[in-house]
Amino acid sequence: MRNPLSDTIVKIPPSGIRKFFDVVSEMKGAISLGVGEPDFDTPWHIREEGIYSLEKGRTFYTSNAGLKELKVEICNYLKRRQNLEYDYNTEVMVTVGGSEAIDIALRAMLNPGDEVLIPQPSYVSYVPCTVLAGGVPVIIELEEKDQFRLTPEKLLEKITPASKVLILPFPNNPTGAVMERSDLEAIARIIEEKDLFVLSDEIYAELTYKEKHVSIAEIPGMKERTVLINGFSKAYAMTGWRLGYAAAPEIILKQMLKIHQYAIMCAPTTSQYAAVEALKNGDDDIARMKEAYDERRRYLLHAFRELGMDCFEPYGAFYMFPCIKRFGMTSDEFATRLLQEEGIAIVPGTAFGDCGEGYLRVSYAYSLQDLQRAIARIRRFVDRLNGESSDGCQTQKTGNSPEE
Amino acid sequence: MREKILAVIEKNSRISVKELAALLGENEAAVAAEIDQMEQEHVICGYHTLINWDNTDEEKVIALIEVKVTPQREMGFDKIAERIYQYPEVTSVYLMSGGYDFTVMIEAKTMRAVAQFVAEKLSTIDSVLSTATHFLLKKYKDHGTVLCEGPQDERMLIVP
Repeated sequence: MRNPLSDTIVKIPPSGIRKFFDVVSEMKGAISLGVGEPDFDTPWHIREEGIYSLEKGRTFYTSNAGLKELKVEICNYLKRRQNLEYDYNTEVMVTVGGSEAIDIALRAMLNPGDEVLIPQPSYVSYVPCTVLAGGVPVIIELEEKDQFRLTPEKLLEKITPASKVLILPFPNNPTGAVMERSDLEAIARIIEEKDLFVLSDEIYAELTYKEKHVSIAEIPGMKERTVLINGFSKAYAMTGWRLGYAAAPEIILKQMLKIHQYAIMCAPTTSQYAAVEALKNGDDDIARMKEAYDERRRYLLHAFRELGMDCFEPYGAFYMFPCIKRFGMTSDEFATRLLQEEGIAIVPGTAFGDCGEGYLRVSYAYSLQDLQRAIARIRRFVDRLNGESSDGCQTQKTGNSPEE
Repeated sequence: MREKILAVIEKNSRISVKELAALLGENEAAVAAEIDQMEQEHVICGYHTLINWDNTDEEKVIALIEVKVTPQREMGFDKIAERIYQYPEVTSVYLMSGGYDFTVMIEAKTMRAVAQFVAEKLSTIDSVLSTATHFLLKKYKDHGTVLCEGPQDERMLIVP
């Protein structure tokens, strides 16, 4: 029998997070801080709208780009929150989660050999989607000293004549980093000068804790170069509904829609009806959940710093990215030991790119009680590590560790 | 800061002052002082535990009594309420709008004890015109918390 497989897909390594997932699944009684989705249920009035649409027998396909009512509400929302004007008819489409939008945007824009600039640490799908679309991923390694923001210097360093698309994953999973208006303005000039396009993944746009989120599309000259991706998963706690959207210049959106039309048909109808309700009457829910995340964020930041774990203050999403370099272990070793010794599952930073080495991604999409319990166990673990290194058992210690 | 403190401790009174301060991004001493102040002003009236007695072996009967009264000179609603809430078996008393005047909740060991309370103590108060006693069969949700099921996290343990 011939090899049934595509070389392209076989060469793509399985998600690094998967390996860890398998280990965690076998652990009984483990507390996980590894979940990248809200702990809240979808607000009841939104669920009810989904149920209601089923009761009314609205179980048919919608048009490829999505329900008109939903597209109109998406445009209203983008106008209301970001002051961005899109035409519901030609510049917006509803997708199966933000994930589909990432995939089809890249497929619509890339020719073989086009380079895609991907800042890391970042979400796991940009590199494989680029490869599947025939593009060449070029990684930009972000650093804690820049608060994991994309600086003009870092961007310029990786631009070549083949560069075509820049992915902007902010607010960022896994670091919690945000790009403020001035940060965006600084890179916008380069984007224009080098004639790049931007895929802006703004799925965490509602979860910022310092200033209101700014989209790159708001910066003059950028909207016509930007595919803005957002969705309902994080803002409204609707991950399982699988619903996102893209807003982009007609020339790009038209081609994205073609892929969507042939590969997907349309996003789930029930979810679309629920999403209309979310956009119409969900602003208070967002505010309520965001306030809860913010409390936990402050609590965790305080707790980690008290443990002597360096941690820059994240202003977005629901992740902390504490540094563990002073313990002289790799992220993988630290996470594995923490899991085995204390039953705490935290994803090593390396799952989000090599430059995540020395960090952990801690999710605070958990109740405060869960976080308190987890912190108590982490404290025990860190105390033990400190004991080991002062006993001299730990030989490969980094020099800059402030002893507690 | 007051409202923020209250919003948190209304749901979780066991949180330490230190944790509360971290959570709110406020100074620890200031938070402690504010709580003290609120206790003195009787804004904070107590710290209780929400118990689902159905999951214990303890037998308890809870009744809700609708009470109609006639306020008289020198004996307004507040005075009548005071006569009612002094009884230790009475757990709450509310003045109501609508078809009756007070909702009185009482807790006792047996139904007989409730009956005895209504017949001998409540009904005999001069201003009380009538009572209607309802026994509580099951508590599903109390103080915003669903009692019949524990919180369950059905998410996968690791999600990118």
